[in-house]
Amino acid sequence: MNIDKDLVAAMATPLVLAILVEGKSYGYAILKRVRELSAGELEWTDGMLYPLLHRLERLGYIRSEWGSSDEGRRRRYYQATETGRAQLAEQRKQWETATRTLGGFWSLAVPVTGA
Amino acid sequence: MGAKNTEQQLDSQIGEWRSAILRSRAVEAGDADELEEHLREQISDLEATGLSADEAFLIAVGRLGKMDVVTAEFAREHSDRLWKQLSMERPDDLGGRRSLTLMLGFAALAAVLIQVARVLGALGDPSGMGLFGESMATWFWRDIGLFVLPVLAAYFAVQRRMPWSRVIALGAIVAVLAVVINLFPFGSDSATDALISIHLPVALWFVVGAAYTGGDVRSSLRRMDFIRFTGEWAIYYTLIALGGAVLLGLTVAILSPIAPDAIDDVIVWVLPTGAAAGVLVAAWLVEAKKSIIENLAPVLTAIFTPLFAVMLVVAAVGYLIAGIGRDFNRDLLAVFDLLLLVVLGLIVYGISARSSVARVGAMDVIRLVAVLAAIVLDILVLVSMFARIGEFGFTANRVAALGLNIVLLVNLAGTAWLTLRLVAGRAAAVRLERWQTGYLPVFAAWVVLVVLALPPIFGFA
Repeated sequence: MNIDKDLVAAMATPLVLAILVEGKSYGYAILKRVRELSAGELEWTDGMLYPLLHRLERLGYIRSEWGSSDEGRRRRYYQATETGRAQLAEQRKQWETATRTLGGFWSLAVPVTGA
Repeated sequence: MGAKNTEQQLDSQIGEWRSAILRSRAVEAGDADELEEHLREQISDLEATGLSADEAFLIAVGRLGKMDVVTAEFAREHSDRLWKQLSMERPDDLGGRRSLTLMLGFAALAAVLIQVARVLGALGDPSGMGLFGESMATWFWRDIGLFVLPVLAAYFAVQRRMPWSRVIALGAIVAVLAVVINLFPFGSDSATDALISIHLPVALWFVVGAAYTGGDVRSSLRRMDFIRFTGEWAIYYTLIALGGAVLLGLTVAILSPIAPDAIDDVIVWVLPTGAAAGVLVAAWLVEAKKSIIENLAPVLTAIFTPLFAVMLVVAAVGYLIAGIGRDFNRDLLAVFDLLLLVVLGLIVYGISARSSVARVGAMDVIRLVAVLAAIVLDILVLVSMFARIGEFGFTANRVAALGLNIVLLVNLAGTAWLTLRLVAGRAAAVRLERWQTGYLPVFAAWVVLVVLALPPIFGFA
């Protein structure tokens, strides 16, 4: 299934925040986690993740620090801040409302179309 | 192919990709590290599934997204970076901070020197502190270059760790100039005195040039660097001066209702200080921010060379038809000197920005047209000028204007000849560059001649 580009963009922030609330992580691992969670259905241009991470950092939702990978290469780790957690909670409420509304509608609508 | 060989090949592929992405000014080295780390991890995961290094690299790069799209996204998020070269270095850059401190020290020195000179120069007349007033000692304007430019030269000497022997040689040149021009017994309203105040800063600028090259004055490449530096410095200094003018104008406007008496004081303290320190700041900016302005000077040149070419052709045709009338005078010759200088500046910057391996293009032809038109114009002016001198004789001002004119004309003639050969495919662009850098000593010799020889020849009148 191909998810609409705008929808992917809208989901990106809460998704990345949710992953980073779980713990410290870095770009490639975040993308792997996204693929895992969406069972490969959420297609993302990998390079776009980094500007997004930098934006979230600028907004103060996450913070970053340089560490190194197992091979000794420089790697930038990100983790959620308190502001980020609060932001995630807020976005979560909004998404719950959205899915509840749509879900409520569709659970009524399905029998109609099925009939 | 061995495994090591493949690895090397992969490294070079990644290196190429990395330098390509770094070409976007919105992507910094840290971002490139981050993306490269991502790329390498993706590649090793793909290789683990059995793909070859080549295939893995292609797929990983593809997943990262189209480079222009990704860099555009970086630019949207980091638009400030497109301007970053104009702001301060990052604080963790110790070398940058040291050079900043050094520059501020020398800028402060230049500011102190000019203020001390101003105060001393105004001593003769207790009534006014006016900078431009009649009371300001004549030596202040004659020596004005000496308060600032040797400081700039010293800054470069320190920064470039110039050997002592060369420092002493340059210092001796400055000392000789300073002593001699102040021993000259100028009369009041002396024209040769005024000539010195114009030519001495240029002579001192060549001293700055010697310091700029670190004493390596023979190298054509270093001389070309100095020519570029001069143009870029002029752009920065103009920008700083504009900012300073706005600051001073607003200060005066704000002070005038509450403290109108303080305005003169503010101007005499702020204006010379800023003008002197700005010389150092502009020089430092050119050095520290090389990358950004290197794009600016060639752009300005590219815009104005065709416009000046049109203007020169129109003027040459106009003067050829109308002829130069009797009202031609020294002021007009000075205007033509200025025009030739501007044309020469445009040509030299055009050449300096031109890649020496680039093919002959329309710009070379435009340059040729501009130079030829300038030469025609100048010959007309010179003929008329000689007639006038034959009638009224030589004065110091006429000799200075005429000499500069001839010096410029010879340069432009050589430039025209070499450009012609370049356009015809008979000479390499580097010949033009060498011609210009080789000509610098002629300019230097001419200004020194005006400073040291003209005043005694014309009896300090």
